[in-house]
Amino acid sequence: MNCIIIDDELTARAIINQLCASTTSINVLGEFSNAIQAIKYLNQNEVDLIFLDIHMPDFTGFDFIETIKNPPKIILTTSDPQFAIQAFEYSCIVDYLVKPITIERFNKGIQKAEAFTKVTNNTTADTPEESEANTDNHLYINIDRRLIKIEIPSIYLIEAKGDYIQVKTEDKNYTVHSTLKKIEEKLPPDLFLKVHRSYIINIKKIIDIEDNSVLIKRDVIPVSRSNRPELMKRLNLL
Amino acid sequence: MEQPNLSYIHSMSGGDKAFEQKLINIIKEEFPQEKQAYYNSASAKQLKETAENVHKLKHKISILGLEKSYEIAREYEENLVEGNTNLENEFNNILQNITDYLEQL
Repeated sequence: MNCIIIDDELTARAIINQLCASTTSINVLGEFSNAIQAIKYLNQNEVDLIFLDIHMPDFTGFDFIETIKNPPKIILTTSDPQFAIQAFEYSCIVDYLVKPITIERFNKGIQKAEAFTKVTNNTTADTPEESEANTDNHLYINIDRRLIKIEIPSIYLIEAKGDYIQVKTEDKNYTVHSTLKKIEEKLPPDLFLKVHRSYIINIKKIIDIEDNSVLIKRDVIPVSRSNRPELMKRLNLL
Repeated sequence: MEQPNLSYIHSMSGGDKAFEQKLINIIKEEFPQEKQAYYNSASAKQLKETAENVHKLKHKISILGLEKSYEIAREYEENLVEGNTNLENEFNNILQNITDYLEQL
């Protein structure tokens, strides 16, 4: 898991960095002494996990969580045990570590974050999420611990966005923690086609095709050269 | 008075002596700054800011294994939030205790 550390105290950041170095599953991408710097970083980069101090001047950890869209998994690090109850109000928070953090407690937190990842990857769980089996004409995606049913024919476009995919339907768009490969397996192949490494389209929703792109609703989607023959084959050409 | 120690640092370093020294250096650098910020706010009677500074110092107190001192700091921080400076002298003694310890490291 790629992570960042947000804490205004250098000592705390050094300790968390060292604890991360002791486990092979964590890769520290950066550390920030304030939440604003971290928000700027997250606007440009994706991370799987954030170690977040609650008690910071001007902008608290909770302010930070409220500010970012689609927060990744968060482990709170704090000297204030009294915030634990408030922490449970956020589905993205997977653990709450009280300083000074021991190795044992840190490892437990990492296990929780990994378990959280497995659950979400395997179809159900927390945060903006993932799809479930398609036995009929629908699938379920997990948004903030709620499984939301989506009629498959209503999907017209799926776009890869880093560790997430955006599922666009006639009514609404959903951002889900998953991959194109996973959702492709759940979709009927006669209806959907991957036309580009970042896009799957519903071929019945195509409005027009021009050179190396298709128009679906208002989205112009690129078609890669290698996928174009399959697309042309699937169309009911006159 | 209880004495600071490096038990916590040893326990989480995994035997990494270079890291232990690095962390001690960071504490030696950061603690005087935090202590000064605390004294500045305390002498200016800015109780909310003083509470924030005590909060920050609490982590160093716990890292150095000062369990009873940590409890005093926690209580002092609460007092400051409530608008009184009870335990100020006790807390200042803790800071001096740590200062003396860090000087001999």
